[in-house]
Amino acid sequence: MRTFKIGGVHPHDNKIYSAHQSITECPLPQKAIIPLVQHIGAPAQAIVEKGQKVKVGELIAKAGGFVSANVHSPVSGTVNKIDTTIDAWGMKMPAVFIDVEGDEWMEGIDRSADVIHECTLEPKEIVDKIAAAGIVGLGGACFPTQVKLLPPPGKTAEVLIVNGVECEPYLTCDHQLILEHGEEIVVGIQILMKALGINRAIIGIENNKPDAIARMKELTAKVLGVEVMPLRLKYPQGGEKQLIDACIGRQVPSGALPIEVGAVVDNVATIYAVYEAVQKNMPLISRVMTVTGKHVAKPGNYKVRFGTPLTEVVAMAGGVPEDTGKIIGGGPMMGRAMNNIDMPANKRVSGLLFLPEDECRRVEPENCIRCGKCVAACPMGLEPYLLSRQAELKMWDEMEQHNVMDCIECGCCLFTCPSHRPLLDYVRMGKATVGGIIRNRQAAAKAAAEAKK
Amino acid sequence: MELIVISLIVLGVTGLVSSVLLYFIAQKFKVEEDPRIDAVQEVLPGANCGGCGFAGCRSLAEACCKATSLDGLLCPVGGAPTMAKVGEILGMAASAAEPKVAVVRCNGTCEARPRTSEYDGAKSCRIMHNLYVGETACPFGCLGCGDCVAACQFGALSMDPKTGLPVVDEEKCTSCGKCVAACPRGIIELRNKGPKGRRMVVECVNKDKGAVARKACMNACIGCGKCQKECQFDAITVENNVAYIDYTKCRLCRKCEAACPTGAIHAINFPVRKPAAPAAEQPAAPAAPAEPKKEEVQQ
Repeated sequence: MRTFKIGGVHPHDNKIYSAHQSITECPLPQKAIIPLVQHIGAPAQAIVEKGQKVKVGELIAKAGGFVSANVHSPVSGTVNKIDTTIDAWGMKMPAVFIDVEGDEWMEGIDRSADVIHECTLEPKEIVDKIAAAGIVGLGGACFPTQVKLLPPPGKTAEVLIVNGVECEPYLTCDHQLILEHGEEIVVGIQILMKALGINRAIIGIENNKPDAIARMKELTAKVLGVEVMPLRLKYPQGGEKQLIDACIGRQVPSGALPIEVGAVVDNVATIYAVYEAVQKNMPLISRVMTVTGKHVAKPGNYKVRFGTPLTEVVAMAGGVPEDTGKIIGGGPMMGRAMNNIDMPANKRVSGLLFLPEDECRRVEPENCIRCGKCVAACPMGLEPYLLSRQAELKMWDEMEQHNVMDCIECGCCLFTCPSHRPLLDYVRMGKATVGGIIRNRQAAAKAAAEAKK
Repeated sequence: MELIVISLIVLGVTGLVSSVLLYFIAQKFKVEEDPRIDAVQEVLPGANCGGCGFAGCRSLAEACCKATSLDGLLCPVGGAPTMAKVGEILGMAASAAEPKVAVVRCNGTCEARPRTSEYDGAKSCRIMHNLYVGETACPFGCLGCGDCVAACQFGALSMDPKTGLPVVDEEKCTSCGKCVAACPRGIIELRNKGPKGRRMVVECVNKDKGAVARKACMNACIGCGKCQKECQFDAITVENNVAYIDYTKCRLCRKCEAACPTGAIHAINFPVRKPAAPAAEQPAAPAAPAEPKKEEVQQ
């Protein structure tokens, strides 16, 4: 069985709490707060006004640039105000506040459960429909999907890799989505293949989900060019570059995008959203998220409309357990502890994890013993011990030379460190700083080039 | 005996020959250097802090010797007296610069700023700032991990365990600016020391609207503009919901301090006032006309 070649760790997957819990729909909130930044790139521009009536699926904010995504209203009601709200980490973000009244949908949206297999649209029309629906990568990075489907000139896509890995411990939303909506996902894959003009797709699924592998194999048995590839369990297999290595054995060069090696990677949840958008005219207004933890009363997979306060989702799962020490947005490896769970659900939050007090504390760091475990574990082949020291000493140039920008912030180094050093903390800070320096340099070079003209 | 004599002669001759050789080599490869550089470097503090903008004290000394005037060249550590000495050596007039000092513009003490979360990551303000709002709800205030303390080479900064805020030791502070660069939230500012070390500072940089700022911190500047109305010298500007006192215009009358409803404006190094509220303006009144005169002299 295949897997990626460099590094990786084996955390306990802890998926038993919420695995095989069927997807439950969360009730509509009284008031919805829809953030305008739910993706990587420029914030969306609000196009509604205070007091305006909106329906479910109506466009409320337009993409603010090439790398940006539309935002649609997930509820029907009246726009109360356009203001800022506090995100999960206490920072301000712009949002549209809507008072919910009933559940009135836009015309043209097909809400039936029938699976529509036929797609007669041209590739260009498919991409336009995906862009209009505001679809972003639901695996975690929230990169606008339509950008991936438009390869830069000179590059051609050869293979679509479908990310059903869900390597992050605890999370089960993608697993459950495959089990319940496998048929739609297969149609979605065919739509994306058509949009990209390719005839090969690989569905990567880790072997801790045998039922998902069996289900996909059964569904794709008669579909030409689509292959299901079971992968050996290893974190971070769901990372884009790791998954490409595991599935087709190609390595994406440093600093390049997957299209460089002819691959386009999309998560199963994204593909489900593509199916809904293209076949049923349904914009991206909800997602499945996992609410889980050792002591959560009703851990499970909840389908949540964006804008629903996370507190309401938590209430569905039986409230915050008493001994909670940390609430993590996303999975335990890449997710970040949250400061505020009043924030609304959005495209970015794939799960809520309640860690008990005795499990979540960081151990006091000791000196680095130069054992090299972090180097062996790093899936990008970096030297985390060195990078973290350089970040401590503010050696930004050296960090750049040591390819800090290739770090995917997976946390393998921190997970494996026997001295419990906060390696990722420092590397992440260094990466942010070096990224800023590089952007400034590029901006300066651009300005200089324009001045020359 | 013979052995000793022979070795003495051999060693003596070798030494003599090499010394003559070395003398000529030294003459041949002699590096011509301005002797004043060494003299100037002697005068400089030798901390190599880089506060002047050069790599170290020697680089500043070289720059001073090359320059035609000392304008724009300043050792922030030594200040005006050092630059006067440098000017003496080089026969140039030293530019008179006001001595400066680092000022921490946050007064969100533990009592005023309730904690909303507990930080568990690496102890570094920069990391905490990149991650989230911090342990309190104020996204502008001091994070309290002491990046500035670590950056200070002169031991002038320390964390006050009671307030959780850094404290500047004015005796030791050389205004090199390292702490200003180290603070990820830009709280620390270099301000004129002022006459007798007295100065007025708005110790808050919270740009949130008043109600939001006040909710996060009892001592926050709410941008109400009362100080601006009170100020007769146009020294105070309120921008982005936060007041700022221009130290070049401030005449230290202390009226803004009394007007501030949240106590965000602090008077530093003033004699302690009498507790009675109505009498509060009297001790300041005689001080006010006296101070501007001194400042005018300096300007």
